[in-house]
Amino acid sequence: MARKASTQRKVLVTAIAWTIAFLIFFPILWTILMSFKSEGDAIKAPFDMLMSPWSFESYAEVQTRSNYSRHFMNSVVISLGSTLLALVIAIPAAWAMAFVPGRRTKDILMWMLSTKMMPAVGVLIPMYLIFRDFGLLDTRTGLVVVLTLINLPIVVWMLYTYFKEIPGEILEAARMDGANLRSEIIYVLTPMAVPGIASTLLLNVILAWNEAFWTLQLTTSAAAPLTQFIASYSSPEGLFYAKLSAASTMAIAPILILGWFSQKQLVRGLTFGAVK
Amino acid sequence: MATQHSRTAARLMISPAVILLLLWMIVPLSMTLYFSFLRYNLLMPGMETWAGFDNYYYFLTDPAFFSALSNTIILVVGVLLITVIGGVALALLLDQPFWGQGVVRVLVIAPFFVMPTVSALVWKNMFMNPVNGMFAHIAKALGLQPFDFLSHAPLASIILIVAWQWLPFATLILLTALQSLDREQQEAAEMDGASVFARFIYLTVPHLTRAVTVVVLIQTIFLLGVFAEILVTTNGGPGTASTNITYLVYAQSLLNYDVGGGSAGGIVAVILANIVAIFLMRMIGKNLDA
Repeated sequence: MARKASTQRKVLVTAIAWTIAFLIFFPILWTILMSFKSEGDAIKAPFDMLMSPWSFESYAEVQTRSNYSRHFMNSVVISLGSTLLALVIAIPAAWAMAFVPGRRTKDILMWMLSTKMMPAVGVLIPMYLIFRDFGLLDTRTGLVVVLTLINLPIVVWMLYTYFKEIPGEILEAARMDGANLRSEIIYVLTPMAVPGIASTLLLNVILAWNEAFWTLQLTTSAAAPLTQFIASYSSPEGLFYAKLSAASTMAIAPILILGWFSQKQLVRGLTFGAVK
Repeated sequence: MATQHSRTAARLMISPAVILLLLWMIVPLSMTLYFSFLRYNLLMPGMETWAGFDNYYYFLTDPAFFSALSNTIILVVGVLLITVIGGVALALLLDQPFWGQGVVRVLVIAPFFVMPTVSALVWKNMFMNPVNGMFAHIAKALGLQPFDFLSHAPLASIILIVAWQWLPFATLILLTALQSLDREQQEAAEMDGASVFARFIYLTVPHLTRAVTVVVLIQTIFLLGVFAEILVTTNGGPGTASTNITYLVYAQSLLNYDVGGGSAGGIVAVILANIVAIFLMRMIGKNLDA
């Protein structure tokens, strides 16, 4: 009897959960479906649109009309470049704070976090003028620098919470066994730190890829990543649903896939270790 | 164990990050502060004059500021209400045993990974467009007049779009928190005869309170800065109906070229964000000790 009730309950929960998941995912699904239709079919009523023939023409057209692959590469270079640069700066810092904590370590960490709270719009004008005067407007270099700075606190924090979990006793044990500093780093610390560094990299690539304040303010065309490129579809004359869908699908697909791999790290990274 | 030698090394390792962030904090922010006291228009370079508190006076007494301030508050509170209530409900649901948990989780989390300009345009064109949008088609099928969401309910529409992006975040964090709930404690309470309701109130709710606080504070930081969604859907309009503080400062400085006024607005935004940030820092600081 109890078993039957629990099976019924499971069926019910399954039905509700799948319905809600479908509704939440629906806008993405619809965009993907629409991207495989012709421009004329895409604006038909939903059922007619679904029944219309499939085609790849929008994908081809997005590329030929607007050089999509250049914007895609801009996104890759900017998100990966800023994340790697931030890692290079953050790894030594997080390392030192985790393994040689001083009296001020906690204050430094909290202060770094506080820089993240500064609203971007508070420094919009100076950044715009500095970029203009240094010829950095609409360059990849400029965006890499800004995104490195805005993500640096998160990178330091994430790495810190990961490094903190590496037990210090292991180092002592290695030292007792006669390991010198070099072999200590190569054989003991690096293997234990790599997973943490990898998840930090993943989460920050996602954040940088989707960053849509500075990328919109500081680029126009040459260095425009996908956020800015997609925004150009907001003009009234740009109501090309199928092409917008194709461009959107290509813009979100890599991050959706990366994102699904990084669910756990996402929670940890975005809550600064407050929820694990 | 830490010797003088390793202390020095540690300091050297930390300093690049600290120096860079220090520059990032101080240089642009002090420039904003300086500009905010100037009469400075990008169309009239070299004509800057000292303005005292005039920029602040004009910014704060501009009716647009009040509507931007209230829009900001409505946007933040509206999205928080939807995502926290919806997130708790969804997390409780997804924590139950059912078939296909992995796939459902993946589908629910997906909107968080969609870049803001894409989600805003998808909603604007494919769903809310009064002629070709899905909602318009549904309305017509039901014999109703299609509703022009972004013209007649711009702020509510933006709240819907932003809430769709953040609901997955809230759900994911609350679900993670739920799953770390102490099962033994739950069982012990059950054996002692605590009802489902009592267990929810005395065990689950206190456990979730912390996660909810984290969700609220982190989302608030991001929601105060909502920009792309407004830029590509309504441009802050009609009038100032969907202008928030971030968008107002952007419009003032880069659309009207009023550097002085925009800077004063920027400083006001920094002060508002700091009020929120103080609470967040206390929270996370406490957690660091725990």
